[in-house]
Amino acid sequence: MSARQNDPDRIVRVASGQGFWGDWLDAPRRQVEGGPVDYLMLDYLAEVTMSILQKQKERDPAMGYARDFIGAMESVLPAVTDRGVKVIANAGGVNPVACARAVLDVARARGAAGKVKVGVVTGDDLLPRLDELLDSGHPLTNMETGEALSTVRDRVLSANAYIGSTPIVEALARGANVVVTGRSTDTALTMAPLRHEFGWGATEWDKLAAGIIAGHIIECGAQCSGGNCLYEWRTIPDLANIGYPIVEARADGSFVVTKHPHTGGRINVPSVSEQLVYEMGDPHSYITPDVVADFTSIRLAADGPDRVRVFGIGGRPATDKLKVSIAYRAGFKAVGTLVYAWPDALEKARLADRVLRERLDTMGLEFDQLLTEFVGVSATHGPLAETTGEAQEVQLRVGVRSPDRKAVERFTREIAPLVLNGPPTVTGFAGGRPKVEEIVAYWPALVDKRVVQTSVEVLS
Amino acid sequence: MKVRLVDIAHARSGDKGDTANVGVIALKAEWYPLLAEQLTLDRVRRHFTGVITGDVERFELPNLHALNFLLHGALDGGGTLSLKTDAQGKVFSTAMLRMMLDVPDARARELALPAAPTRA
Repeated sequence: MSARQNDPDRIVRVASGQGFWGDWLDAPRRQVEGGPVDYLMLDYLAEVTMSILQKQKERDPAMGYARDFIGAMESVLPAVTDRGVKVIANAGGVNPVACARAVLDVARARGAAGKVKVGVVTGDDLLPRLDELLDSGHPLTNMETGEALSTVRDRVLSANAYIGSTPIVEALARGANVVVTGRSTDTALTMAPLRHEFGWGATEWDKLAAGIIAGHIIECGAQCSGGNCLYEWRTIPDLANIGYPIVEARADGSFVVTKHPHTGGRINVPSVSEQLVYEMGDPHSYITPDVVADFTSIRLAADGPDRVRVFGIGGRPATDKLKVSIAYRAGFKAVGTLVYAWPDALEKARLADRVLRERLDTMGLEFDQLLTEFVGVSATHGPLAETTGEAQEVQLRVGVRSPDRKAVERFTREIAPLVLNGPPTVTGFAGGRPKVEEIVAYWPALVDKRVVQTSVEVLS
Repeated sequence: MKVRLVDIAHARSGDKGDTANVGVIALKAEWYPLLAEQLTLDRVRRHFTGVITGDVERFELPNLHALNFLLHGALDGGGTLSLKTDAQGKVFSTAMLRMMLDVPDARARELALPAAPTRA
């Protein structure tokens, strides 16, 4: 380990520029232009994203990655080539190599061909090996339902192991200034550069846990810096120019969460606390491929305006398993809506729902689920919602789910007629017939770590 | 004294499959012990009766002055299967904060808790 890696005063800045595929297009550029950062971390993959990308790749073998990332790379390219900012993204989806080539194409088109080295991490894709795994005693049982994967094997669209920080660290060590992965964990994108910069070993559990928690705090972009923040939300300034979060990390595993000056939003202990509990399971055991982090060890302290210091984090050895995200076809669904106006809006919407259900029943259509919600009354909080006071308007929202596409299609034809042959003062059908959507569902499983071999290539 | 949870805590919720999690955070550090006493497993199970189909799990994070609840069977199958508006459990946070607490008057005064507004 070098003296530089050990220097207790040295700070490495990792900026978050994207919390999901579909996040603010401006954020990556703002992060590299608003002040000093060493790394830009971009998280593109949600649980079902891989299956969408798999479908795209089946149509066109050159696709299957998050195209938004290429635009983001264009917008931050000068920072990468001229100021040494490095970019780490799980934008590779099911085709990381094609994604890396697209990045190099952008660099070439901008006359920066020699200045970009793209590290590509592969090996997370288990789809080609699925039968081999099942045959050799890896049942890939659903972690939630306990069912064996064989029950849906013929409907599987994608299968990817969540991989940790190690291959990203390797890519950085081999000189990559852009690293593209497939299904790596969201947190690894932040932790890997810290391991690389500070030389943290693969068994320094407390430091690795700190890297994971830094990742958890910033992986949802502005959700820790004033976005979607319930605490004193009315007074959070300038959301229009919200600053995305930056981790200022030190070699000992402590870090500060902050944002660039002259940006909106707010970073304080409550805003960071809200993000810490987001999507939390058992806080004692936040399991990742690299380490098991203990969220009950985290200490937070105010450290000046828009600065929160995070320290005291503990971790335990990683398990011998990796989580696998499998996507499979699970039938069809559609959702239809109509809006009923004052007076007696709820009563009219309820009558329309009864009429609709009677018609579906008469036709003998069968659904796995038929769900009615009254938006404006109880759609989000159900029986907990207060129903005092008359609703001024109510949206009737009815959804159906079935393995039978025809039944769902027939349902979509039953909404519009209600405008003329159901209860009065109804509107809001300008959008036309509801769309039938094929459901691609998520199947979480575990697999032995030793069967997943990642590899790293550096392209330039 | 009646105290609204929404006046003494903030919260954020999210999903993991068909489970919603709700993290409840005391607005003041000194209110955390009261939250931990009041938000028992039974109390939260009762609150979500008829809203979720599964059981509830409860975890304490005194370091963050927070409690974390896992509400199983909350999301009509969850993810892409769900037909719910809130398929990802994003607003279970404030569903939890609708809870009304009964706090002995002396304790409420000692902690300077805001009283629930009385209905006109």
